[in-house]
Amino acid sequence: MEENAHSLGEVEKKTVNTVETDQKSRNNVRQLDPSSRNRREFLAASAAAAGTVLAGCSGSTSGILGGSSDDEAVTLGILEDRSGNFALNGTPKYNASMLAVEEFNEEGGILDKEIETFTPDPQSDNSRYQELTRQAIQRENVDALWAGYSSATRETIRPIVDRNEQLYFYTTQYEGGVCDQYTFCMGATARQQLGSVFPYMVEEFGSNVYTIAADYNFGQLSADWVRVLADETDANIMDEEFIPLSVTDFGSTINNIQETDPDFVMALLVGQNHTSFWNQRTSAGLDIPMGTSTVMAQGYQHQRLDPPAMADVYGGFNYMQEIPTDRNQSFRERYYEKFPDADYINEEAVNNYFSIKMYAEAAEAVGSTDQADIIEELESGVNVSAPEGDISLQGSIHHMTHNMRVFRCDEEHNITVEAQEMIPEQFLSETVGADLTEKDETTQYVPANFYEEANTTQ
Amino acid sequence: MNPFNLFFQFADSFAFIVLSAVGLAVIFGMMGVINLGHGEFIMIGAYGTTLVANAGAPLVAAMIVGVIVTAVFGFLVERTIVSGAAINWVAERTLGRSVIEPLYDRLLDSMVATWAIGLILTQGVRIVFGNSIPQLNTPLGSIQYGGFSYSVYRLVLSLVAVCVLVGLYAVFTHTKFGVRARATIQDPETARSLGVNTDEMYTTTFVIGSALAGLTGALYAPSLTVVPSMGTSFLVEAFVAVVVGGPSVLFGTTLSGGLLGAINALFTNLYGTFFGQIAMLLTAILVIRLLSNGLTGLVETVRDRKVGE
Repeated sequence: MEENAHSLGEVEKKTVNTVETDQKSRNNVRQLDPSSRNRREFLAASAAAAGTVLAGCSGSTSGILGGSSDDEAVTLGILEDRSGNFALNGTPKYNASMLAVEEFNEEGGILDKEIETFTPDPQSDNSRYQELTRQAIQRENVDALWAGYSSATRETIRPIVDRNEQLYFYTTQYEGGVCDQYTFCMGATARQQLGSVFPYMVEEFGSNVYTIAADYNFGQLSADWVRVLADETDANIMDEEFIPLSVTDFGSTINNIQETDPDFVMALLVGQNHTSFWNQRTSAGLDIPMGTSTVMAQGYQHQRLDPPAMADVYGGFNYMQEIPTDRNQSFRERYYEKFPDADYINEEAVNNYFSIKMYAEAAEAVGSTDQADIIEELESGVNVSAPEGDISLQGSIHHMTHNMRVFRCDEEHNITVEAQEMIPEQFLSETVGADLTEKDETTQYVPANFYEEANTTQ
Repeated sequence: MNPFNLFFQFADSFAFIVLSAVGLAVIFGMMGVINLGHGEFIMIGAYGTTLVANAGAPLVAAMIVGVIVTAVFGFLVERTIVSGAAINWVAERTLGRSVIEPLYDRLLDSMVATWAIGLILTQGVRIVFGNSIPQLNTPLGSIQYGGFSYSVYRLVLSLVAVCVLVGLYAVFTHTKFGVRARATIQDPETARSLGVNTDEMYTTTFVIGSALAGLTGALYAPSLTVVPSMGTSFLVEAFVAVVVGGPSVLFGTTLSGGLLGAINALFTNLYGTFFGQIAMLLTAILVIRLLSNGLTGLVETVRDRKVGE
């Protein structure tokens, strides 16, 4: 479906090109063929009209159309998927954002101004994300932007965000390494998530590991991190298999794991197709414990699949809605009061929630919504009270120190917290040595350039 | 390499390819309609099965409901969109003329129309039932051999796939309906002049194809993740199998299921799922490039040559 949507986008672009060519060719044709002049004039006029409409959509007329709301309200752009491939993950992000905005508006908004939102549905389509990001920045003049589930989406819109010097919050747990002066990464990185669960698994079950990972950017980088962590904990990666996102049949993968007979498996599977792995693993009788950074906390497989599909799966996350603290209970109650039919509060939803709160507190602290001032305030390193606990922003690298927990899913699909630890994002701060308060950049660093274990081409 | 592993993986892969493709093959082969909504028809079968089983019905009963729901849905689509007969019936009585030209043998038009149906179904199901529904467990447990085990249910599916192929072969070669249906596709004019109700044949064929898609969905509901977008995971295998199979649809689906399933299982077993997929698609490219009439075309050429001698 996604590919189809892309090709439609291309058709749209082609139409625009044709219109332009028509305009160019018009001048040549006019002198040669006066009889067709009227028709051509009409065409040209339509082309110009279409051009205006398109320009309106892409928002290049911001000075005339937008910008009037600056003094009366604070506008937040929240682009989260409610249809298409990522709807399952995007809907809770959207819900939690709306909850945060509603709670602030009940208390009088930010800086005594009401919060307005710009929240079209990007439909899990990256070309639509680009269009809506431009519209949010140039026409809606959003004061801050929350957008995107997948890393591919983030990388698609980040150039637009950077060019417009737009304050941007990316809230998904991701592979890590984004070092961008305008982007704040609120989710835990692969190093944080795996760094919480992997040492625990080695401690509990032994040091022989088999990795299965989704075969694309995120899965490959996560597997790199597993290798780095294995080196740090003296564990042994027996073998690894990268599985295309289209695969739904895991018979051979299960056989390969059985043949290798590891102490535990690191399962870095992504997407709806890969969700089929869990049921197939359990029905094939594969009962080796599995660690993960990708399932349960995002796609709540433990609630959607019938027990015991997820038995003995351990995940390292900054949030699952089962966290047994009073603060989280109260957050849960507020969420389900506003959205009684909602399915689950995922990790990303909570990241949206606390980062809106963090933004509001920063705006109050500087006394304006000036984006450069707010970035400076955030870079000074702020604390925020989040549903997972009291956590802090590492200002110099725009990432969070998260309260990471190891969650276990049992045969009845009950979730228990097995371990808990504050884990900072160390890759950018320690390994790369980045400091966005000193040096402005818009880079994404990868572990392969810094660790021998992560560099598979060596 | 464990021979049991290889055999089970082959059986699994063969079942997936055949069951993905068979509904598409019947509709394409008999009616010249490319049903790009085929994956979503499968999704309907899976949803019907899962919802009914979640309501407390036994799994087999739920599967039957899943098949019936998809068949009925196929009937409605055929009447309103593919043949347009229902809409024409109304139009003839109100406007005095028919307004819809049937999509039979209009390959590109049928693709656009059925693709649109697929899009509407995916988002429609998402709106009505949400992003996910509670999933079923895989029944029947596993068999153990050496240090390995395999899901029994997945192996049962390969037997079902063989039964479906044999059953369809019997229907299209040994029943009056089968003869009429084949006559309709080969020469509709002559068939009509001999008293065959071709309109009815088309409808029945489309309903059979839809029911087969529903059966695939019903059978895979306990083993795959049932979500609105699940149809796309069947579509690639289905199209590759039909194209590789060639014009004789049933025999072709069997052959391509066998060939592609074997290639997929072998390479997956040796080098992992990634190379399994690559090897399967490379084989498809080679077959399409070298044998323009697919595997059945090759079989016919060989047969004709023998007869010629």
